[in-house]
Amino acid sequence: MTNETSTDLPAPSPPVTPRHGAGLLLRVVPPGLYAGRAHVLVERSYLVSRRGWMSVISGFFEPLFFLFSLGYGLGQLVTTVEGPGGPVPYAVFVAPALLAASAMNGAVFEATFNLFFKFKYAKTYDAVLATPLGPVDIALGEAAWCLIRGGLYSAGFIAVMLGFGLISSPWALLALPACLLVALAFAAVGMAAATFMRSWQDFDLVQLAVMPLFLFSTTFYPLSVYPGWLQAVVQWTPLYHAIELMRALTTGYVGWGALTHVAYFAVMVVIGVVVAARRLGKLLLT
Amino acid sequence: MSDPAANVTNVTPTLVHAKGLTKHFGSFEAVRGIDVEVSKGEAFGFLGPNGAGKSSTMRMVSCVSPRTGGELRVLGMDPETDGPKIRARIGVVPQQDNLDTELTVRQNLQVYGRYFGLSRSAVRAKATELMEFAQLTERADAEVEPLSGGMKRRLTIARSLVNDPDLLLLDEPTTGLDPQARHLLWDRLFRLKQSGVTLIITTHYMDEAEQLCDRLVVMDGGRIAAEGSPSELIRRYSTKEVLELRFPPGEQSGDEVRDLAERVEVLPDRVLLYTADGDAALAAVHARGVRPVSSLVRRSTLEDVFLRLTGRTLVD
Repeated sequence: MTNETSTDLPAPSPPVTPRHGAGLLLRVVPPGLYAGRAHVLVERSYLVSRRGWMSVISGFFEPLFFLFSLGYGLGQLVTTVEGPGGPVPYAVFVAPALLAASAMNGAVFEATFNLFFKFKYAKTYDAVLATPLGPVDIALGEAAWCLIRGGLYSAGFIAVMLGFGLISSPWALLALPACLLVALAFAAVGMAAATFMRSWQDFDLVQLAVMPLFLFSTTFYPLSVYPGWLQAVVQWTPLYHAIELMRALTTGYVGWGALTHVAYFAVMVVIGVVVAARRLGKLLLT
Repeated sequence: MSDPAANVTNVTPTLVHAKGLTKHFGSFEAVRGIDVEVSKGEAFGFLGPNGAGKSSTMRMVSCVSPRTGGELRVLGMDPETDGPKIRARIGVVPQQDNLDTELTVRQNLQVYGRYFGLSRSAVRAKATELMEFAQLTERADAEVEPLSGGMKRRLTIARSLVNDPDLLLLDEPTTGLDPQARHLLWDRLFRLKQSGVTLIITTHYMDEAEQLCDRLVVMDGGRIAAEGSPSELIRRYSTKEVLELRFPPGEQSGDEVRDLAERVEVLPDRVLLYTADGDAALAAVHARGVRPVSSLVRRSTLEDVFLRLTGRTLVD
């Protein structure tokens, strides 16, 4: 829609041209919701993290502590477990599961705490939405930051696994991108969940969801331990798919089933980003 | 399109045009059909008590709140379809500072500039310039949280200028600040106005409106109660002067002086006589033998207009 008045006005001072690479999304998402500038939110997070690097580093050690305590401590007692392609040492069995679980933990907590704080208390996003940016920029930018951070942790953990001889296949090269996908999926869903939270008390619910996933998703023992019906339930949960995917990649027994896992997370990403962006738009643009 | 805002014969373009603009939140009608025109280069004010619908209007103009009904054009565009394009060219100072508390003063300005798509080198230069303008250079690398209220407000205003906006929207810019901070802010806003930036200000401080606004509307209960320049409004809704007579509480009725002024208002401790000539009215009061504790002749202010139009009872 053009208007005669607009010709009298000076030309827009800052260019609103979107960045390259954001093209496809720009065409499918309504213009008010997405300006193609999500990377600026990542820049912001980077600046913030430079000031609080201790908390960034701490996220790297948590899965390592688990690996040493369980893989080597408990591994003395358990010796071997049935892996994807036969019995493997316990540390080989548990390490890829911890890799997947740390990708989940990092992404979920980063996404929920961070988003909730900025959106409910700091009012950071009210200020962002007064600029040309829209809620999709925010959702994508924050998810991308979770991803970068989670990716660094995962890369560190994979390096440690390699150093301790816990990787036995070149397929493990794909473990890092797989971690990124898993982290993105959990971050997206975590962000969506954060928009429904009313107070900090609700984070107990996050804990309540994440804890059983961590403990029961074949992290510490194979699926065959469970009775048939419980196996079916576990096979629907997200961390199970993440763990199976990582285990297949680090041990080298990769089948077509891996694609099911990938598809599972792709669906999670889409649902999470769409819900998070919609909720942010609805709550902040009233 | 038949758009009255698009009057091509008009020398100064209309930056904001609203007609029958409404905003509902559920069953609550915050804005009940207002007509507003703001021209380029003008300083326009929305005056009104809390809950009058000023902030709701501002949020609709700044394209962060969809309108419920009516026409709205900002910079010649429709916020509903061109929100991002409009937001790229306006600056917004919200009622409550929403600075990024995880960043420093300088980073706040730089990151905000990046949201507008400015290059890294451009925002570096811009941040330095704006910190100078807002007298924050010495605090450039300080955290935002420990800054004083006045400094935070100045930073919020500086931030709103990062994209060189054509239109600046300020929602109660000086509420809660001490007199020094207010005067410094007024000075900065006045400079912006001189440099050709169009300002829209909401306030419930009458002195602020008289200082800054060329033209204003008084809003009450979601509607516009009056419109004009400060002096026009005073002329239309008040008298040239006001005579204030102070009495011991309970001893004044106003009856004995009611015929001495155009309008008489009786307050718990005072009687206000609205008249063209305050001194003459005072002489007449004395001639009647009425002996107030003290008396004061003053010029009418916007506050008199405001209280006349919106009443003295508390609204919220």
